[in-house]
Amino acid sequence: MKKYTDSGKKDTRSGFGAGLEELGKKNENVVALCADLTGSLKMDAFKENHPERFFQVGIAEANMISMAAGMTIGGKIPFTGTFANFSTGRVYDQIRQSVAYSGKNVKICASHAGVTLGEDGATHQILEDLGLMKMLPGMTVINTCDYNQTKAATLAIADYDGPVYLRFGRPKVANFTPEDQKFEIGKAVQLTEGTDVTIVATGHLVWEALQAAEQLEEAGISAEVINIHTIKPLDDEAILKSVKKTGCVVTAEEHNYLGGLGESVARVLAENHPTPQEFVATQDTFGESGTPAQLMEKYGLNADAIIKATKKVVKRKL
Amino acid sequence: MPNTAQLEDFVTQVRRDILRQVHKVNSGHPGGSLGCAEFFTALYQEVMDYSTDFTMDGKNEDLFFLSNGHISPVFYSVLARSGFFPVEELNTFRLLDSRLQGHPTTHEGLPGVRIASGSLGQGMSAAIGAAETKKLNKDTHLVYSLHGDGELQEGQNWEAIMYAAGNKVDNLISSVDVNGQQIDGSTDNVLPLGKLREKFEAFGWDVLDVKDGNDITQVIEGLKEAKSRTGKGKPVCILLHTVMGNGVDFMMHTHAWHGKAPNDEQLETALAQNPETLGDY
Repeated sequence: MKKYTDSGKKDTRSGFGAGLEELGKKNENVVALCADLTGSLKMDAFKENHPERFFQVGIAEANMISMAAGMTIGGKIPFTGTFANFSTGRVYDQIRQSVAYSGKNVKICASHAGVTLGEDGATHQILEDLGLMKMLPGMTVINTCDYNQTKAATLAIADYDGPVYLRFGRPKVANFTPEDQKFEIGKAVQLTEGTDVTIVATGHLVWEALQAAEQLEEAGISAEVINIHTIKPLDDEAILKSVKKTGCVVTAEEHNYLGGLGESVARVLAENHPTPQEFVATQDTFGESGTPAQLMEKYGLNADAIIKATKKVVKRKL
Repeated sequence: MPNTAQLEDFVTQVRRDILRQVHKVNSGHPGGSLGCAEFFTALYQEVMDYSTDFTMDGKNEDLFFLSNGHISPVFYSVLARSGFFPVEELNTFRLLDSRLQGHPTTHEGLPGVRIASGSLGQGMSAAIGAAETKKLNKDTHLVYSLHGDGELQEGQNWEAIMYAAGNKVDNLISSVDVNGQQIDGSTDNVLPLGKLREKFEAFGWDVLDVKDGNDITQVIEGLKEAKSRTGKGKPVCILLHTVMGNGVDFMMHTHAWHGKAPNDEQLETALAQNPETLGDY
């Protein structure tokens, strides 16, 4: 099985910041808006180097989203930055009407998603954002797994004409995807080849899935790990191809099992190739304060949880 | 430039269009639409510099954003009669497969509309965004927006009002249709708006009143005055005092016709008060 190594832990939000800064140099139409979280979103470099294209809106996310929609009129490509909770739930109607329904080329960039936001607790740990965003017609939904991929995704979405939700996180996590990767929206990345189970993971759970696959190999279970960075449009073909071979699937995400990646995969399978599936996700609950590792453990979002789910789903195979 | 009599004829025809649109589908919002007929006429027939060869980007032309999208009948009538799309298309208002949706949208590609509105409180933010982009593009044209007075109860407006003043968005003219009415009753009874002039001024806007927003001459003068105040470091607000349902005696001075269409008999009475001028569609 192919092995992956961590080139040094980095936060995904810094990948966003690096990508945004590169875009600032490369594309004069890129503008950035931030709601009083410039440091947290790692937008400082863009702000410093392109002050005329940086818009500090204050703690006013609704205004930020609709303003970004307006800024597209005249050819700008706005990237908005705030926490995932304030990027989605707080401004759902603004995104729905001003951005999605109006078909505006706005990139909603959301950090601190999920429980790994940590100590701030449930008020800030949104676990419903993927569901909210994927339900919007025309919205592209991306959840990247590490620094390199987040940087690549940030660059890629500037070249795509249409609304995008880009979700990333706060903690430093393994950086294991190639620095020079080409990011293709809607295209799954197969990380390992396997025959017994397909593990479809997104975001921080991708590295956990790789750790799980290594341990499963030792236990005699061959896992095919697929990195689904784009939840919508979903790469149905890649999922079906793998599942037809392995006969069962585990989905893994830092999100509620209602409305997340798991449900999207379940729909594809139900329509095309009914298959046993286990969901590694939060079980319709809010988070709480704690360290990211403690929370991943408590809410069943780590390699151990994936291993447990895999052993269960393999037994369910006909 | 059309003379005052021609503009008044235009307004009268717009009123007929509004009434006939909502009557046909027995739905829509005639009250606020009628109250703003002069404002839209002034904007599109006299004040704004625009091309009917519509592009979404609208570079090097003035832009208009309607925030209180429910007054779509007046917007559609004036857009059509200003040359954005065929006047006959007003026949499709609110019908299946129409570009003239209940509330304006870009979704069906109707020329003249640059953002969807209807869910209230978002239009000023969008207008500010477009104004900021004009500045980045070194485009000296202006951005206009219109808001209902009741709509100012939506908190997002005040985020936008604070932003525009704090960031010197001085290429923006936002008008508020002050008719004192909303769906459930008078604004005073539903949720008092307080002193709007003082509120906008306290936020840092340059404010002017158009005392009779249903007098086309006053509206044009007000808009021209507002235009002369742009580029001076402050966003400009026009408090446009209108009468909801203006031009149809039984629809005036009440919230009753905010979102109700006239029946056949009422339509006949209303149209008799507004004789055909430019030709019905």
